[in-house]
Amino acid sequence: MEWTDSGFILATRRHGETSLIVEAFTPAHGRHLGLVKGGRSARLRAVLQPGNRARLTWRARLSEHLGHFTVEAEGSRAADIMLDSMALAGLNTLTALVRLLPERDPHDQLYALFEQIAAALPDRPGWLGDLARFELRILAELGFGLDLESCAATGTSEDLVYVSPKSGRAVSAAAGAPYAGRLLALPAFLAREDALPESAAALLDAFALTGFFLDRDIYGPRAISAPQSRERLLRLLREAGGGAAP
Amino acid sequence: MSRAIAGPEIEKLIQLLARLPGLGPRSARRAALYLIKRKDQLLVPLAGALQLAAERILVCSACGNIDTADPCAICTDPRRDASVICVVEDVADLWALERANAINARYHVLGGVLSPLDGTGPDDLNLAGLIERARAEDVREVLLAVNATVEGQTTAHYITDLLAGAGVSVSRLAHGVPVGGELDYLDDGTLAAAVKSRTPF
Repeated sequence: MEWTDSGFILATRRHGETSLIVEAFTPAHGRHLGLVKGGRSARLRAVLQPGNRARLTWRARLSEHLGHFTVEAEGSRAADIMLDSMALAGLNTLTALVRLLPERDPHDQLYALFEQIAAALPDRPGWLGDLARFELRILAELGFGLDLESCAATGTSEDLVYVSPKSGRAVSAAAGAPYAGRLLALPAFLAREDALPESAAALLDAFALTGFFLDRDIYGPRAISAPQSRERLLRLLREAGGGAAP
Repeated sequence: MSRAIAGPEIEKLIQLLARLPGLGPRSARRAALYLIKRKDQLLVPLAGALQLAAERILVCSACGNIDTADPCAICTDPRRDASVICVVEDVADLWALERANAINARYHVLGGVLSPLDGTGPDDLNLAGLIERARAEDVREVLLAVNATVEGQTTAHYITDLLAGAGVSVSRLAHGVPVGGELDYLDDGTLAAAVKSRTPF
């Protein structure tokens, strides 16, 4: 068994004294693990940092084996990201989200969005909005997608400003007004591809929305908690908050 | 089942040696044989040293360093600059900095880094002691000498936040070209970091 693909390093685990078990996210093979012999060497340690892009060749005798990766660096983002507190929290949140996916299951759209966010980190605008979209897409890929196309009560696709925490469907301003206190806010940018968040408050609303459903549908049933990096990201966002979206 | 080639005492010695870093069963056998052949010069003194170390080794309650006294020799050394605390992940890092004679400060050993994959959270690290020490009147600077890895730097940013109200300046090690490093052989990330952190010549 052998394949070669480009991918992002998600995480590494020590194996023995010199090797690492590497977890990578690839377009054609999804989240995939493999052993990198000599992965703890000075040369490879710089390459095998989360967020870095690498050319991966996986080999194993049988497909169900862990297998070995040979790794060649393609793009080093980690060094740049490490210096920025918010970007680092964003990267850690992103990799933790991908680790919710089943192994060896390709997710083309998620990979494309991951690539977009990784390219924008640490300081190109829009990556935070894309991270919120990534959370929405993770929910959808795991079977808990939200319906943000039309109002659950009236069917209209105009003026959608709420999401029902019960059904996960959008609700228009008029239909949701009597229940505003019990509904989740739907920031306008979240429903439009490529739209930039209007403000830091809109971003916080987006993360509150996705966070609610991630907790209820993913973290809760799996008896795990949201990654600390996500909490840290939200705190940094709140501290930076009020003004324009970062 | 393989036959034992020596008595249980020797087999146990080999098994224990094989657990040491860098040694496998074959090299453990060689090491055991080497020790046995030099019983008086090596085996007996080594056993004595191990016994003594096991009895006397302590973890410093102030910094987390390993020594035979609590507080450790570094914490009680009056010649050290008490205004700077150098934070390291592990005792091995402390030893590396001491070997290099890089800094005449006091240390604080975290005992690891934040790692969701390994289940290491803030409560598993020696952080409370660091905050307490940083608030002391004579401390002016905390140097975060953690590894230049995503996990190490995540921990560094976390500590920086914790120290926000402690009234100390927080610094970190520079990232860049190592001594003897050839640019052609460096990874892109290190090169980019080195250019970003360039200094006037």
